[in-house]
Amino acid sequence: MAAPLVLVLVVAVTVRAALFRSSLAEFISERVEVVSPLSSWKRVVEGLSLLDLGVSPYSGAVFHETPLIIYLFHFLIDYAELVFMITDALTAIALYFAIQDFNKVVFKKQKLLLELDQYAPDVAELIRTPMEMRYIPLKVALFYLLNPYTILSCVAKSTCAINNTLIAFFILTTIKGSAFLSAIFLALATYQSLYPLTLFVPGLLYLLQTRHINPNSAAAVHTCENEEQSLLDLFLGVCHDVCGKPSGNHLPLLLPSQLLGFHPRSLWLYINVFFYTIPLAIKLKEHPIFFMFIQIAVIAIFKSYPTVGDVALYMAFFPVWNHLYRFLRNIFVLTCIIIVCSLLFPVLWHLWIYAGSANSNFFYAITLTFNVGQILLISDYFYAFLRREYYLTHGLYLTAKDGTEAMLVLK
Amino acid sequence: MGLLSDPVRRRALARLVLRLNAPLCVLSYVAGIAWFLALVFPPLTQRTYMSENAMGSTMVEEQFAGGDRARAFARDFAAHRKKSGALPVAWLERTMRSVGLEVYTQSFSRKLPFPDETHERYMVSGTNVYGILRAPRAASTESLVLTVPCGSDSTNSQAVGLLLALAAHFRGQIYWAKDIVFLVTEHDLLGTEAWLEAYHDVNVTGMQSSPLQGRAGAIQAAVALELSSDVVTSLDVAVEGLNGQLPNLDLLNLFQTFCQKGGLLCTLQGKLQPEDWTSLDGPLQGLQTLLLMVLRQASGRPHGSHGLFLRYRVEALTLRGINSFRQYKYDLVAVGKALEGMFRKLNHLLERLHQSFFLYLLPGLSRFVSIGLYMPAVGFLLLVLGLKALELWMQLHEAGMGLEEPGGAPGPSVPLPPSQGGKHTGPRQGLDGTEAGSPDLPSTAAGLHRPHQLLTGLPAGHHHGAHCCACQASWAPDPLCCPAGADQPGSHAPWQPVPVAGAAGGATVTGRGLAALPGSASPGCAGAPHLRRPALPTAVPGPLPLLAAFLECALLEVRSACPGWDRDSPRTPFCLLLGK
Repeated sequence: MAAPLVLVLVVAVTVRAALFRSSLAEFISERVEVVSPLSSWKRVVEGLSLLDLGVSPYSGAVFHETPLIIYLFHFLIDYAELVFMITDALTAIALYFAIQDFNKVVFKKQKLLLELDQYAPDVAELIRTPMEMRYIPLKVALFYLLNPYTILSCVAKSTCAINNTLIAFFILTTIKGSAFLSAIFLALATYQSLYPLTLFVPGLLYLLQTRHINPNSAAAVHTCENEEQSLLDLFLGVCHDVCGKPSGNHLPLLLPSQLLGFHPRSLWLYINVFFYTIPLAIKLKEHPIFFMFIQIAVIAIFKSYPTVGDVALYMAFFPVWNHLYRFLRNIFVLTCIIIVCSLLFPVLWHLWIYAGSANSNFFYAITLTFNVGQILLISDYFYAFLRREYYLTHGLYLTAKDGTEAMLVLK
Repeated sequence: MGLLSDPVRRRALARLVLRLNAPLCVLSYVAGIAWFLALVFPPLTQRTYMSENAMGSTMVEEQFAGGDRARAFARDFAAHRKKSGALPVAWLERTMRSVGLEVYTQSFSRKLPFPDETHERYMVSGTNVYGILRAPRAASTESLVLTVPCGSDSTNSQAVGLLLALAAHFRGQIYWAKDIVFLVTEHDLLGTEAWLEAYHDVNVTGMQSSPLQGRAGAIQAAVALELSSDVVTSLDVAVEGLNGQLPNLDLLNLFQTFCQKGGLLCTLQGKLQPEDWTSLDGPLQGLQTLLLMVLRQASGRPHGSHGLFLRYRVEALTLRGINSFRQYKYDLVAVGKALEGMFRKLNHLLERLHQSFFLYLLPGLSRFVSIGLYMPAVGFLLLVLGLKALELWMQLHEAGMGLEEPGGAPGPSVPLPPSQGGKHTGPRQGLDGTEAGSPDLPSTAAGLHRPHQLLTGLPAGHHHGAHCCACQASWAPDPLCCPAGADQPGSHAPWQPVPVAGAAGGATVTGRGLAALPGSASPGCAGAPHLRRPALPTAVPGPLPLLAAFLECALLEVRSACPGWDRDSPRTPFCLLLGK
């Protein structure tokens, strides 16, 4: 399947190159939905020029990236567009191979459960076959590369794309089973923005399961966890040391509360991202990759400066769960919400900032609605996933006690 | 989210939408029109009121008395213009300087996109002249603008005269806190746009203009004046600007206040306002004014050079003097006094006008309808589209559901009469390997219970279409891609540990050949195509299956919409088109 992937990559690179050369590039790089103060390219350039002048890039509270980004772009600043196109391509390739391996694992597990007779007899139509799963990796790569959100992020040169690449490589290495590499990529991703730390839990669960260790057995978990945690800490420490003094006060800088000046409510928002990890871990401990998908979506919703690049990352996973499509209930409403909100973002921004006739409440309301749409999306997928699991174990045709058809209601 | 997660309520809502859709749409449309027509009646239309605190009182006596001077200036201007054929720049400069302003000029030129046949020109070039009256004790951070657009014909001379007389009068006052810019533009709208672009240092229309030498700070408000006669019977005001943008309502209120104070007749769209809103005549005239205003906004054309100021968030109005048959005439002094009053009030502004409405409709000069009251009318009209979309979505779902084999546990959102519930037992028996259930399948109506919820109609339809094409691919004579049991159970693919009966009987394993549809899930038609000869996707690697699938998606819509679409003859032209 290399040829379709290459074709998709070529198309994606062409689209991005065309947009880079057009006059839209500047317009897009200023949109507040695409770049945030934490990921804006202008700030990276600002930091680099401060460094060239011999001043600390962190003075003035303009530059909020990691020193690794400085090192990366110090040498590559002239090829910035190429770098961002390559990062997008790398993300797509990483996701492609990750999902390819994941599909194999899914199929093996399904076969095992079938042979163990864990499934009810009449769920034949819920069983997945390699035939239907054949194009999923390609679709994932396609969804990521040709998603308008991704293209906008790439054209705006938002460093969110680099974060996405690191998370994608983390997923790839986790699925391949290499604890060392996955710890490295997770450390790099966490180093850039604190939120991917929550992906430690699903990654750990997956690694434990691939080593056929029962996640319930505390001792085994503990040793594995220690191993990963130590790798994580080691690498974070290495990053700090390598990058010298500025990194010492850099991690605290990433705390949104301190970016905005400490405000108590922002702490609650900050906690929100981490808060869902434990309940999800309890419920989804058998399905760590789905857990990872939900966690990435939670990060995209609740992080302090969300941009469309974060949304694009979890949207790339939709083809992996396309067998859940029949259980999704709110597709119409969701699609309408997301499309309408995406269209209204620039309108209300213009009304607020340039026309002076709306105010921040309008823009804030639209971001809220967009987040509500995303939350509805995650909850829908979650519901669909659980429902399918229920059907698999309890059978597709459910009857109540008196023989009539039963209705499955989420309580 | 009770509505979205409670299956009983969802079913009720779905039933409501599907059954009552046409009446609901008609009702909504009629409600929208009726609401719009009702906008002119008193509860929905309100009297205007001054919102900005700083412009509240109008207790000051205006002292403008330069009527003769204004007429003299006007005559001079007209004479010089006739002599030179264009704007008499030198004369204007001299006069403005003599009045005591700082004078600057700006030249501009623009190549017209379409040559102007009436005036036979391809390129327009001209000069703007403006004089700045600096506020004596302020820091020149804010300014007001009085502008007179001069076209190529000899209108507006009296406006220029009044402008110069006012400048002379204002120059002698000490209370100015903002600078005042007196602007005379050539080629009316073009010159105004050139000046504004140069002032705000942007270039949105591709005008070539010389940079401005003198500036006066952020413009808070502007008034454009058009007067072509020595006496007027009424002052007409125009509010619609470029792309239908409107100035803040407070500016209009200000104008009306001063007209009333000076006893000046003020008109909107050339019509006097009806006094009586209780009987039917007043509202009817109001309705006409309102509809005309909507039309004028819709045209997008600025109805005066004030319209160009609005784009830069400068509130602006155009005042036109009308000289009609009325007996009682007002001379330039009255107009000058109204302008003086307006400018004195605008001088009091502490911040930009923002208190009053930016989006409104005017049934009359003293009545307005705010956007919060006229938007529901538009909302009702758009609701029709939303309802239709919802109905189509649900219908697609039902159409697709009909051909699918019986889905699993009954989905709670299918709005069916319960009698259909018994039908699904038929196909269920098919699971046991018998083919008895299969003939029932095509006739089973869309009431098959399935785990699909209502709002996921599209994939079902997709599956059907795509699946049928897959059927065509591998099995030409098969009438229906359904659990007709025509599968050879023996050709079970080795990876399929599912009981054969299940597979053959119509529990469609998700062996859809064309798995390339995004979001396509398991329920294809039964008779798992994977059991047949490998269809296109496995045989032909490459982007073709993707392309085929996307084409299919597009074509499916058309297919489902075909009224005579017969489930029993899936051999539609589209499948053949795809040539599989």
